[in-house]
Amino acid sequence: MTISPTIERPPATIPKQIEDLTLLEEVATRTAGVSRLEMCIQCGTCGGSCPSSADMDHTPRMLFAMLRAGMRQAALSSNTPWICVSCYHCVVRCPQNVHIADVMYTLKSMAIQAKLFKDSTAPDFSQTFVDMVEEYGRSFEFGLATRHYLKHFPLRLPGMAPMGLGLLSKKRMSITPSRIKNIKQLKNILKRAKELEANDHD
Amino acid sequence: MTEYLFYPGCSMESSAKAYLDSLMAIADPVGLKLKEIEDWNCCGATEYLGISLTPAYALISRNLALAAKQANGTKTVVAPCSACYLNLAKADFYMQERPKLGQMVNQALEAGGLSYKPGSLDVRHLLDVLIYDIGLETIKSKVVRPLEGLRVAPYLGCMVPRPDYEHRWSDPEYPVELDLLLEVLGAEVIDFPLKTHCCGGHMTQIGPETAFELIRRLISSADQYEADMMVTLCPMCQMNLDAYQGETNRFFGTDFNMPIVFFTQLMGLAFGLEAKDLGFGSELVSAKHALEKIGVELPPETQDVPARPRKKEGLPMPAPLPSTAPQLPKEDEA
Amino acid sequence: MAKKEKTLKTQQPQEERIGVYVCHCGSNIAGMVDVEQVAHWAETRLKDRGVVVARDYKFMCSSLGQELIEKDIKEQKLNRVVVAACSPHLHEKTFRTATERAGLNPFMCEMVSIREQVSWVSTDKGEATMKSEAMISGGVERVRQNVPLEPLTVPINPATLVVGGGIAGIQSALEIADAGFHVYLVEREPSIGGHMAQFDKTFPTMDCAACILTPKMVQAGGHPNITLLTYSEVEHVDGFVGNFAVTIRKKARMVDTELCTGCGICQEKCPKKVVDDFYEAGLGYRKAIYTPFPQAVPRFPVMDIDNCIYFEKGTCKACEKFCPTEAIDFEQKDEIITVEVGNIILATGYDLFDARRITHYGYGRLANVFTSLEMERMCNAAGPTNGEVVLRDGKTKPQAVGILHCVGSRDRNYNNYCSVICCMQSLKFAHLVHERTGATVYNFYIDMRTPFKDYDEFYQRVLEEGTLFVRGKVAEVTDAARLPGEEGKLIIQVEDTLVGKQRRIPVDMVILSSGLEPRKDSKEVAKQFGISCSANGWFTEKHPKLDPVATMTEGIYIAGCAQGPKDIPASVVQGAAASARVLGKIEQKEVALEPIRASINEEQCSGCRICNDLCPFNAILFHEDLMVSEINPALCQGCGTCVAACPAGAISGTGFSNEQILAQIDGLLLLNVGEEKIPA
Repeated sequence: MTISPTIERPPATIPKQIEDLTLLEEVATRTAGVSRLEMCIQCGTCGGSCPSSADMDHTPRMLFAMLRAGMRQAALSSNTPWICVSCYHCVVRCPQNVHIADVMYTLKSMAIQAKLFKDSTAPDFSQTFVDMVEEYGRSFEFGLATRHYLKHFPLRLPGMAPMGLGLLSKKRMSITPSRIKNIKQLKNILKRAKELEANDHD
Repeated sequence: MTEYLFYPGCSMESSAKAYLDSLMAIADPVGLKLKEIEDWNCCGATEYLGISLTPAYALISRNLALAAKQANGTKTVVAPCSACYLNLAKADFYMQERPKLGQMVNQALEAGGLSYKPGSLDVRHLLDVLIYDIGLETIKSKVVRPLEGLRVAPYLGCMVPRPDYEHRWSDPEYPVELDLLLEVLGAEVIDFPLKTHCCGGHMTQIGPETAFELIRRLISSADQYEADMMVTLCPMCQMNLDAYQGETNRFFGTDFNMPIVFFTQLMGLAFGLEAKDLGFGSELVSAKHALEKIGVELPPETQDVPARPRKKEGLPMPAPLPSTAPQLPKEDEA
Repeated sequence: MAKKEKTLKTQQPQEERIGVYVCHCGSNIAGMVDVEQVAHWAETRLKDRGVVVARDYKFMCSSLGQELIEKDIKEQKLNRVVVAACSPHLHEKTFRTATERAGLNPFMCEMVSIREQVSWVSTDKGEATMKSEAMISGGVERVRQNVPLEPLTVPINPATLVVGGGIAGIQSALEIADAGFHVYLVEREPSIGGHMAQFDKTFPTMDCAACILTPKMVQAGGHPNITLLTYSEVEHVDGFVGNFAVTIRKKARMVDTELCTGCGICQEKCPKKVVDDFYEAGLGYRKAIYTPFPQAVPRFPVMDIDNCIYFEKGTCKACEKFCPTEAIDFEQKDEIITVEVGNIILATGYDLFDARRITHYGYGRLANVFTSLEMERMCNAAGPTNGEVVLRDGKTKPQAVGILHCVGSRDRNYNNYCSVICCMQSLKFAHLVHERTGATVYNFYIDMRTPFKDYDEFYQRVLEEGTLFVRGKVAEVTDAARLPGEEGKLIIQVEDTLVGKQRRIPVDMVILSSGLEPRKDSKEVAKQFGISCSANGWFTEKHPKLDPVATMTEGIYIAGCAQGPKDIPASVVQGAAASARVLGKIEQKEVALEPIRASINEEQCSGCRICNDLCPFNAILFHEDLMVSEINPALCQGCGTCVAACPAGAISGTGFSNEQILAQIDGLLLLNVGEEKIPA
C-alpha cells in the first residue's frame, strides 16, 4: 500500500496535560514538617519498601517524579496515596530523608480538594470518620462501619455479620457513641483551624 | 515513682478493651502511675491527616495542650496505641521543625482558650516507658509464673518503631525491646523477620484485598516459625490480625488459627494474675489452646552465650553489633 | 578628642608616602562601587594621613596594574601601599611581590577587600561607596603602623616520615627513596600492603592485586633508603616543618627479628586458632602467632598476646619449642624510638563501612549476606575458600547472586557522600562471579559511576557477560518467604525504577558493596599531627581543587584514601605528588616561613599559661625557670588565638599588632578625618 500525500489526517490536537511546575513547591508547603521533597534522587528505595505498592497505580517514587514533572492531574488522580498504609518504611530508609508518608497525606487532601480522586471509598471513609470525631470528640466505630459499608460495600455486610456480632458480644464495640464533655471547645478550635487553613491557600 | 500523663485513645475503651484491662492490672505491680488526661479527644488516627493539615494537627494538639495544663511535675505523656502515639509525637516534632505550623495550630487552639508550646512535653509509648523507665529488672522481679514453653512472635507493627524522630528505639526495623520483655517473662521468643511490617491499617475498610494480603504475610510467617501466638502492642494490629483473620482465611482459602494478644496480657499472666481479669476471651481467635501450654512444667535449659562459631562446617559469621538496647538482667546462678 | 589623638599617634618618625590603588575588577567592584569617587576621596580626604597618590584601574592584578604600583613606588618614592581590590586570599602575594620588585619591603603593602566585603554583599551603590571609603581609610591607618618584615628561614632535614604502608604510602616512600633520601615508613599492622593486599583482582584490567603490589612491597622492604617500621605506631609529634621529632612505639612482636628467618614453623605448630577479623575480614582463621599473609613484608610473624595460650594460662610455648633459631621472645617489650625528619606524609587509608548498621540488609543475621571485603577474600586464591565462590557453609555454589551498590554511601542515614569505587567494584564482582560459577548475577544500582580510563568499557564487558542490571536501591534483603519459589532463598525486594514495579528477586547470595569511611581514629591522628579533618573524618587538604596533597600545616602532606575515597591509580598519583612536594622542599635545603607570627612580651607575661593549651599548633613553650611562656616562631602560624586570649595583653603579633588593629578600626570609623559617624 503506498501512502498518498493527500490522505486525510486528523487535525493536530493540543495536548490536554499542561505541566504545572509550581506543583512540587505547593506540595512541599502543605506538608507538615520539612518534607525535603526536592531532594529526591529517584533511587527507588520507597517503591521497593512499600508493602502495598503492588496495588498502587504508581510506585511512590514514580509519583514523586510526576510531581516534579508538574503532572498535576495525573498525580492527584493516582490511587497511590490512598493505598499508602503509613508504615513509614520509606521514611526511615530514604537516603535523602524525604518525608514520603507525610507527603502522601498532603496529596490525599489536595486530591479531595481538587475533587479528583478516582477511588471514592477511601476519601469517603476518612470524611465519615472525621464527621464522627467532630460530632462526638471520639471515634465511633460502629457508626462508622455501618454507614461506610451500607454506602460502599452493602454486599459485604452479611459476610461481616459474624465478625461484627463477635465484636459486639465481646463488648469490643459499642452501639452508642461516647462523647467528650467540652465538645464546644473542640468545635471552636476546629472551626478556627479550617479558616486558617483556607486563608493560607488563597 | 513518676506519674505519667495517660492518653488512652478511642480503641482502648472499645475494640482494645483487653489492652486497657490488662494494662490497668499490671500498672500497680510494676509501679506505673497513670493519670488520664481529662476530657481528651480522638487523635484523628490516620484519617484527619488526609483531609487537611491545620485542623488535623489542631485536633491532636488539643490533647497536648490539655496535658500540658494538667501536668503536675511530670512532662511525659504515655500513649499505648500506636497511631495515637505517633500522632502526638509527630505533631510535637513537626511543630518544632516548622514553626509556621506551630503558630497556625496555636491560633486555632486559642479559639478554644488553649495553647501549647511545642517541645514542652515528651511523648512516649507504653513499651518505651516500661523498658527504659520501669526497667527489665523490676519486671522480672514480679514474674511468678514464667511463660515457659510458650513460643511467641513479637509483633510491634510499623508506627511505633518508625519514624522515631526522637530516637527512642534500638532500631527502626528490628528493635529488640519487645523481644527482651517477652524473654524476661520466660517465653520462647522467635526471631520474627516481619516484626515491624505493616498489618494494613485502615485498608481493611478501604481496600480489603490489599489488607488481607498484608495480614496473610504476617500470620503465615509466624506460622512458619511455629509460633503459638503473636504478641502485639497496637489495637489496630490486634484488630486486623485477630478480627479479620476469618475473612483472610476465606479470601485465600487458608486455615490459620493464630491467637493475637497484647503484651500486657502476657505480663499479667506471668505476674500470676487471672486470665479473665486480663481480657482473655475477648479475642476472636481464641488463645485458649496456646494458654494451655503454660501450665506445662518443662526442665529449665541452661543458656550458654554462644561464642563466635569456631571450626564447624563453613565460614564464620560476623559478630553481632554491640547494641545500645538494654541488656537482659543477669540470670541468677541456679 | 584626647582619646583620638592617643590612638592616632604615629610610630614612625619618617614621613609616610602612601599609594592607594582602587581596582574596578571589571564590573565586579565598579558595578556597585563608584571607584573613581573612592580614589578621589582617598587622594583628597586622606592627604593629611600620608596619601600622596590614589588611582583607580580596571584590573590591578594584571601586569599593567602591577606596573602602576611599581612605577609609583619608584617615581613617587612611596614607602607604603594600599590596594583596594579582591580578597587577600587571592592576590596578596601578587601585590606584595610587585612591591618587592620595586624595591620596597613586601610587608609594607596591605590589601583591603572591597569586592567580597563590599561590592558582593551590598545592594545600594551609595552605601557601598561610603563603605569602600571607610575600608580604605582603615587600610591606610593600618599600613601606617606596618614595619618591614623578613621571612624566617629554617633548614630542612632531608629525611621523611611516611605514616601508613598501603599503596599510597609505599608509592611515596619509593619515590623519595629512589631520589636518594631517607624514608621512615611506619605501619601499624604487622605487614605493609594495606587494603590492596586483601583484594583479589583490580578493576578494570583484572590484574591480580597481589601480583602488582608485592613487587613494590618487596622493593620497599629491601630499599637501602627505607627504614621499615611495621607493627609500630606514632605516639607523639614535636617540632615544625624541616625539623620534626617523632616518637614511635614499636610494638612487641614477641619475635626477635635479628634471629627470625621467616620459616613459618611457629605458625604451623601453634595450636590456637582464632577468627582473623582483620586480614581475612572475619571470613577465615589464623593462629595466635601469625604472618598476615604469605607475601608479608617483613616476613617476621607477630604474636597476638590477647589470644595466646601462654599469656592466658601459662602453658604451651609450642612456637618457642619448635623455632630453629630461638627467635621467640616472650619477654619482649614495646620499644620507643624517636626519629628526626623534615617532612611527613600521612597515607593512613580508610575503614570499611560497617554493614551491620543497616539491619534491613541482614548482614550478620542472614548467613549468606557478604560484604565487599569478605567477597574479596573469598575470591582470592590464597583466601579461606581457595578462590571458590561459595555460600557461608563453605561448599555450596550459588545459583543466583545479587550485588548491591551504594551500601552506606549516598545515604543521609549513614554517609552522605559517594564512595567512588563501589560501582566499579560491584562490576568486578559480577565479572568474577560469572567467571567462577554459572550463577545468574544481578546488580542493583542507583547510578552507574564509571568515569575513568577503560571503566565504561569494563561496564560494557560485564553487560556482554549477561549480567542483569536493575536500577533501584535495594529496599530489603529478607528470608521471609512470601510466594512459592522463595523458600530457602534470600529475597531482594527492590523497585525496578525503569519498569516502575516492585520486584522480589530470590537469590542465594547477596554481596554488599559497602562504602569507604575515614579511619576510626582519624580525628585523633589529625590532632596528633596538627592538621585538620572534616566533620566526617577525612583529612583536609589545603585546597580541594588546586592543592589536594598539602595541608594547612607546613611540612605535612596527605595522600591516598586518607584524604577521601578514591581508587588505586588516584592513590598512587597522590602518593607520588606528595613525594614530589617533599623532594622539592628537600632540594631547597631551607624553607622560608611567613613572618606573620605572634610574640610574647616577657616583661608583661605573668606565667598564667592560658595560651599554652590554646595554641592549635603546639607552638608555645613554658619556661619553668623564668615562669614565662615563649612562642616558637617556626611553629607559629599567626592564627591570633593566643593574642586574643592573653589576659595581660602581653602577646602581640607582627603583621597584626595591637597598634595595627586599633589603628585600622579608627580608620574604619573615620576618626582619622574627624568624622564620628559610622558609615553603613
